[in-house]
Amino acid sequence: MLRFVVRRLLLLVPVLFGLSVLLFAWLRALPGDPARTLLGDKATPEGIAQLNAFYGFDKPLVTQYLSYTARLLHGDFGSSPRTGQPVLGTFLERFPATVELALAALLFAIVFGIPLGYVAARRAGGWVDRLFVAGSLLGVVIPVFVLAYLLKIVFAVGIPGPLHALAFLPSSGRQDPRIDATHITNFYVLDGLLTREFDASWNAVTHLILPAVALGSIPLAIIVRMTRASVIDVLNEDYVRTAQAKGLSRSLITRRHVLRNAMLPVTTTIGLQTGLLLSGAVLTESVFAFNGIGSYLFDAISGLDYAVLQGFILFIAVIYALVNLVVDLLYGVIDPRLRTS
Amino acid sequence: MSETVTLEPGGRRGRRATREPVDRHQALLEVKNLNVTFQRRGGRATRAVDGVSFSVKPGEVVGIVGESGSGKSVTSLAVMGLLPSRGVQVSGEALYRGRNLLTMGNQELSSLRGRDLAMVFQDPMSSLNPVIPVGLQVTEVLRRHEDLTRQQARDEAEDLLRRCGIPDPRRRLGEYPHQLSGGMRQRALIAIALACKPALLICDEPTTALDVTIQAQVLELLKELVSELGTAMVMITHDLGVVAGLCDFVNVMYAGRVVESADRRELFAHPRHRYTHGLLNSIPRLDSPRGEALRPIPGTPRDTIAWSKACAFAPRCQFADDDCVVDDLELAPLGAAGHRVRCVHPAPEEDK
Repeated sequence: MLRFVVRRLLLLVPVLFGLSVLLFAWLRALPGDPARTLLGDKATPEGIAQLNAFYGFDKPLVTQYLSYTARLLHGDFGSSPRTGQPVLGTFLERFPATVELALAALLFAIVFGIPLGYVAARRAGGWVDRLFVAGSLLGVVIPVFVLAYLLKIVFAVGIPGPLHALAFLPSSGRQDPRIDATHITNFYVLDGLLTREFDASWNAVTHLILPAVALGSIPLAIIVRMTRASVIDVLNEDYVRTAQAKGLSRSLITRRHVLRNAMLPVTTTIGLQTGLLLSGAVLTESVFAFNGIGSYLFDAISGLDYAVLQGFILFIAVIYALVNLVVDLLYGVIDPRLRTS
Repeated sequence: MSETVTLEPGGRRGRRATREPVDRHQALLEVKNLNVTFQRRGGRATRAVDGVSFSVKPGEVVGIVGESGSGKSVTSLAVMGLLPSRGVQVSGEALYRGRNLLTMGNQELSSLRGRDLAMVFQDPMSSLNPVIPVGLQVTEVLRRHEDLTRQQARDEAEDLLRRCGIPDPRRRLGEYPHQLSGGMRQRALIAIALACKPALLICDEPTTALDVTIQAQVLELLKELVSELGTAMVMITHDLGVVAGLCDFVNVMYAGRVVESADRRELFAHPRHRYTHGLLNSIPRLDSPRGEALRPIPGTPRDTIAWSKACAFAPRCQFADDDCVVDDLELAPLGAAGHRVRCVHPAPEEDK
């Protein structure tokens, strides 16, 4: 078990090395000149040359890469030429927002997705099933920003008329700025709990609801479909018939024999979705002015901010790998056949 | 440790007292005119079981023999109420101590299943839940039907596994099905089925997935346990050897119908239906001349039979003539007492 984890973590080293090379090459291959982008329309050739020399953009690529890696190995991720802020510091400040949002979206998707998928499977072919399957298709095809704006208009801004009462949620941000909350970890919900400022936590939770629903809609739809397919498979298994032949109650058969077996493919799906969500949600973050890494990455791409892009993408890769490792370990918990002895 | 286990009915905590007294003459299970039809939405209906009737007396071992697709497994699943509810129509009666299992409510049926009626399935690997320890799969049936604490159920399960010939049962309780050998899995499945000392055990080809030496051991085990517990058994098999070694009474099924039923000795001595006859002839014999070819029944069972009362075996039967196709054919008494045959041209009694 421990050896398995260590081996997987060691495997991360060559992966990260390869990624850093590719990333470096890809970013440099992007059209545009970072110095020109940074200085804007009125840039003089001298100014551009000066800036390029300052950041070393005029040196050969290999030299640039080597000096970048050398600094990386010392824990120096550089700082953004656009903002002057250190990459690592920005990441640590913004990533908690992304994590909170991703976890809230996942929670929403799992809490609703698994029961809905189960109910659909039990009534496979019936109208409830068809409704859910059609609904989940809708969940996948509605663009996230459309759903995000819809939610925001109905539940935050308010539509005129009797439905205005539905608009009880905040429309943007992570927390009401009027609440002077102390931030220790930058996980606002957690910070409130740590400092016993429960109203600050609650306020952060209300700010999470709409973005989480918007962001969670696609994972929800995928989880519903996956659970449904998986439960239908398991219901046809011989061991479910054995359980029925034992005279066990339906709820016990469901809990002990059906769900546990059906969760294996669903876990894979959830793991993949977690990885995706943690790499930032540009659209949702933009609509709700939720300052996570998604919107920041977007700005970094438009500003050709090499240092930020390289740093953030490497962090995301590490997190993606760690999530996958956790999922693999979870397999062993769910399915004894996959345990490494 | 093992001598604390007594096997006679009524031994454990007087549980048997709640059940009706055993009447040796009344049938324990009586299946009357059982029909099972499968139909997919918009599809053609397929009748898998057609007017099957048989009965099982307390302590009796009844065989249902037939080749793949003859409806023997479907018959047993219908009796246990284990067929999927959608796309399946079941009619007829299956009376367990006079109560019809087919019309019984779910609650009532599941209180009988596992306690009075138990089943051993064909494929022990897929019939055990792969992600749950074997022990829990045994104790859950005990705890469902008997008022046992976790620890009592665990001890009981250990005894059961030991009695079913699983070595080191305490360790096995904590293991998962994939850690057991095929034979051990089937033993565990038998332990589960017999856990609550059922009055009737249905075995659906319990040895098909096992190799020959293990088959013999498992059959021997079943035979022992069943006679020890006084459990009646329905043995479903395509293997006439199993029937010969185990059953008191035999029903031969072909294409969803019982075509011949007789006492075991009578059936082997005087097979009257041409299908039974063919089956017995196709068995390789040790005393046949060297190099003699096997004598299989020509053709394969077809699912395109016109569903009338005519003989379904006629297309493969070398004795078939026009009478076989048109006659209204019922299972009729023939020869020795209790011997019934559904055949227009039965084999003569001295044949064989």
